[in-house]
Amino acid sequence: MDTASLASMFREFVEDNFVVSNAESKRPFECDGLSVYKEMPRLVVMPGSTEQVQKAMRLCQRHDVPVVVRGAGTGLSGGALPHVDGVLLSLTRLSRIIEIDPEARLARVQPGVRNLEISEACDAHGLFYAPDPSSQIACSIGGNVAENAGGVHCLKYGLTVHNILQMTLVTIDGEIITVGNEGLDSTGPDLMALMIGSEGMLGVVTEITVKLLPKPSHCQVVLASFDDIESAGDAVSAVIADGIIPAGFEMMDRNAIRAAEAYAHAGYDTNAAALLLCELDGTAEEVRAGIEQVLTVFEQYRATSVRVSRDEEERALYWKGRKSAFPAIGRISPDYYCMDGTIPRRMLSRVLSGISQLSAEFDLRVANVFHAGDGNMHPLILFDESKHGELRKTEAFGAKILELCVEVGGCITGEHGVGVEKLEQMLIQFDGPELAQLNAIKDAWDPQGLLNPGKGVPTLKRCQEYRSL
Amino acid sequence: MTALLQLLDQVRAAISDSEPLCIVGGNSKRHLGREPAGSPIEVANYAGVVEYEATELVVTVRAGTTVRDLREILAEENQMLACDPPEFDGNATIGGTLACSQSGPSRPWHGSIRDHVLGVRLINGKGEHLRFGGQVMKNVAGYDVSRLQAGAMGTYGLLTEVSLKVLPKPESSMTVRRRLDANEAIRAMNEISMKPTPLTGACWHDGDMYLRLSGPGAVVEAAASGFEGELLADRAAFWTALRDQASPFFESARDLWRFSVRPNSPHSKPQNDWLIDWGGAQRWLTGQHESDELENIAAKSGGEVTRSRGGDRKAEGLPSLSGSKRALLTRMKQAFDPAGVFNPGRLYSWM
Repeated sequence: MDTASLASMFREFVEDNFVVSNAESKRPFECDGLSVYKEMPRLVVMPGSTEQVQKAMRLCQRHDVPVVVRGAGTGLSGGALPHVDGVLLSLTRLSRIIEIDPEARLARVQPGVRNLEISEACDAHGLFYAPDPSSQIACSIGGNVAENAGGVHCLKYGLTVHNILQMTLVTIDGEIITVGNEGLDSTGPDLMALMIGSEGMLGVVTEITVKLLPKPSHCQVVLASFDDIESAGDAVSAVIADGIIPAGFEMMDRNAIRAAEAYAHAGYDTNAAALLLCELDGTAEEVRAGIEQVLTVFEQYRATSVRVSRDEEERALYWKGRKSAFPAIGRISPDYYCMDGTIPRRMLSRVLSGISQLSAEFDLRVANVFHAGDGNMHPLILFDESKHGELRKTEAFGAKILELCVEVGGCITGEHGVGVEKLEQMLIQFDGPELAQLNAIKDAWDPQGLLNPGKGVPTLKRCQEYRSL
Repeated sequence: MTALLQLLDQVRAAISDSEPLCIVGGNSKRHLGREPAGSPIEVANYAGVVEYEATELVVTVRAGTTVRDLREILAEENQMLACDPPEFDGNATIGGTLACSQSGPSRPWHGSIRDHVLGVRLINGKGEHLRFGGQVMKNVAGYDVSRLQAGAMGTYGLLTEVSLKVLPKPESSMTVRRRLDANEAIRAMNEISMKPTPLTGACWHDGDMYLRLSGPGAVVEAAASGFEGELLADRAAFWTALRDQASPFFESARDLWRFSVRPNSPHSKPQNDWLIDWGGAQRWLTGQHESDELENIAAKSGGEVTRSRGGDRKAEGLPSLSGSKRALLTRMKQAFDPAGVFNPGRLYSWM
């Protein structure tokens, strides 16, 4: 079917201006946060209700049109990259907070609601929504569900999967299914867990009930510098072995420290080889006791300097450096490529030295920021896309880093998703029968393969192609 | 032959003979779900720790390992299974605990067994031994097959290995008891849960509300002093009995229903014997009732009700499902177990 007829069919149930077919207006949708991949969809459709999503799905199924769902477009693995023959379903209009029940500590929201908006809306009740990906100002809760988004506070408060109670989703045949409930557990196979992190390949989520937590009354952060990466890594393990679960536990290497300090002036020691940020929250007594323990451990592991935030302003300043690490690195390099491997923490020094070897081999600089508490690494490869062949070299380097993560018992993606970017590495992570099982799940939900085709899980055909290379 | 090869052999034989299997761990949850059918396949022999790195907060065990054994192993490192699952006389296994999604009194604050699963190995219905997830806290490669197993009661495969996140054991605990009726208790438990406190238990039965606080001594004392009610120094036995569903309330119940509801939903059927746990989110009801009536109550409370013990075990025991959800679960069953050998009918008569 030609695009004009398809557009007019959508316009039968979606308002005219929310069915976008001209190239200029479609342009902003050609990529997500991983902008090295670009594609123009046939149409961009912006449904304004669950019912419109239902009709859109039925229409696409009937005419065999691929559907790519997009939230705020902040994803970092190309998960919302449009399909050249497909419709891009943008959920930004579904942006209503439907209900907040402070007493039951839950909020019912539409998928286009921004992550931070939820915490802002329940702040007056002393509650917050815990997962805080660094894009939380912009990213949508629907996208968070699709990617199982994390953030800097996962170690204590969990990922998206730990903070969702219920959701309504629309299947490719336009059926509405509710999974989970307003209590804590539901019976039968946990379809909600399956949906979370499924990268828009199984269904479209149109309503989400999130769990809200009481805001801790006290919060302080310890900033510590180390002369070598190993001591810093060991200090992280020692704090956890001591029975402390910090709210956030972050590490940065020298390249990251220097870039962040130049940008944010957070007072980081630019001569340090590694910097740790360890945040403790809870009641006044909990925080006080925790800080004492952490300081003792950091001293044992020869921290060269240690500071404890004295007030909220100082805490925000210490975090500012870490939170602006990505844009800060953007200033010292024309482009950077953000990796997302997760490793057992004890493998940290081995992996970091492996990365620096690879950095020399590929002749590309790397800066490391690291969710040290939960082993999620974000090596940033610095490159220049305008140089011929450098993007390909960067991708090859990134692939090697992910292989290294799998080799030490980790995984290829902690929180960014597979998207289009890590399909080949899925072959390292999983063997043939495992991939076949994942594909069988996909077939159970979407037998025609219309939802976000070519993402997340390599099809069997693609597996054969890769393996024969 | 190793225990694992025996399991694989038995599954493969069952597939080729199209003979249903009944997966048995410690046989401690045989009262759950519909009537078990099929030849037993015993997982209890496939037990033991595969890997335990205390500083990583991760343990990997074979599915037949008992909860009790694992708890003891973790305690040596001053760690615990944060989801607080029942031991059921020491027989409950980790595989069964995950398959039946069993968590204890601390579940609202520390998370469920499903929340703490990082990865599994399982034998699918093609007789393949597969690995999903891993031993790291964050992993979004591929669909979350590990957590999908929670509540599947073995119908989507036979679990052989489970990796779990563990947490440090709190230094001390304290219990506060207060006389309240059910509605007052529900209100009080929800109000307290809105504030940052080291709460790790909140239940009500027979006119008494119990709150448990856990953490460093000074923290617990400071928090407890803010609550109305009688301070009870050591009530570990009370919480253990609640966890293991071995308190007098459970012991005497021949028919038992479990509600999972919005935690602040009002109390219903006050003339009956109820135990309210999880700060109001999980409610146990004893006695014989029309399941339609209970499903109505559950629906009004934003949740669902399950028959947990007794009744007609040939009838459906789980909440009724929409046609589309049922079709989806059936296709998923096909995807995991095309020959239908694993626990047929245990969850639903049609699956």
